[in-house]
Amino acid sequence: MSDPETVLKALMLRGLDGDAKAHGELLGVLARHLRAFFARRLGGAAADAEDLVQETLLAIHLKRETFDTVQPFTPWAYAIARYKMLDHFRRQGVRRAVPLEDAGVLIASETAEEGAARRDLERLLGDLPARQRALVEDVKLTGHSIEEAATRQGMTPGAAKVAIHRSLQRLARKVRE
Amino acid sequence: MKTGELIALLSNDAPAARGGRFAPRLLAAAVIGAAVSLGVLVAWLGMRPMHEAMRSGSFWMKAGYTSLLAASGLFVTVRLARPGGSIGAALWIAAAAVAWLATMAGMETMRTPDGGMAHLWLGWTWQVCPFRILALSLPVLVGALLALRRMAPTQPALTGAMAGLFAGAVGATVYGLYCRETAAAFVVVWYSAGVAACAALGAAVGARLLRW
Repeated sequence: MSDPETVLKALMLRGLDGDAKAHGELLGVLARHLRAFFARRLGGAAADAEDLVQETLLAIHLKRETFDTVQPFTPWAYAIARYKMLDHFRRQGVRRAVPLEDAGVLIASETAEEGAARRDLERLLGDLPARQRALVEDVKLTGHSIEEAATRQGMTPGAAKVAIHRSLQRLARKVRE
Repeated sequence: MKTGELIALLSNDAPAARGGRFAPRLLAAAVIGAAVSLGVLVAWLGMRPMHEAMRSGSFWMKAGYTSLLAASGLFVTVRLARPGGSIGAALWIAAAAVAWLATMAGMETMRTPDGGMAHLWLGWTWQVCPFRILALSLPVLVGALLALRRMAPTQPALTGAMAGLFAGAVGATVYGLYCRETAAAFVVVWYSAGVAACAALGAAVGARLLRW
């Protein structure tokens, strides 16, 4: 079970079954792999690397339905990471070839120490309606569950879940602007 | 926002999400699109009498050709819709279909006297055929691209092109319910031109619309 692919795929499958804890754990492990992966490919730009880590985690999260459960996990995650890196270069107006490598490079190493992000996701959420913003703050900072946060904001849990998901989709769009 | 905070936020948005099967969704979009195309065809050009069409070999030749192109485009699009998806072998179906029809066209050419050559290749309707096919493909293309927006193609332009191949071929199949042209030579040139135009449109639109 120590092989990263086996561990990651098991976590992914549990997450897709609705196990929020496994999903969080998956993203945590992936963040360390992605950080090492982007740091090596972006050279010195550590803040850009952390931005890309966040952007890729967001994409992996929002597109998790597109994972074919009979396929291995690493190539899927690698394809998303590479796509986001290409997109990053394109937005910066850099023409840079990104060779197609073996997907295994994604999980070859990890970096636990979190770099500072250059782009502040907080700020991007600034124009959300007040109640949605408060909801996100509650879930993110205080670690409340959606149910608790919903009660505090006077929303039903169902409405709160939809609101959080919409906020995340909006975040992903803003990140790409 | 720190990455750790982002992860906490994301793990709170984790409902069960199994079974993101894409092929049925794309097919459903295509069926709706094709129904719209058929409605447009009936209102615009009308259908040829089916009892007559069913007995004509050229009707089946056209339907066979466009169905093979559609199947090829569908398979490839489904593969490309997921991160890391590659074209795969299904594009050979389209290549084989073109080769088959080109061979039939070559045989027709040998049977045709010199004076009939222009008509063999141009038929009665070469000036309108590709445009009509493109028009009838649009509802299918819109449906296919909307379905693809929920997926995550890592090659947006190529994926758009393959969705365009699929939509164009479905549009051409619908058009075959009206068209009375009989020559393989005509179909391999002008039907293919309509389908190719739809693929080019799909590539151009997909390059923008399918980014995520």
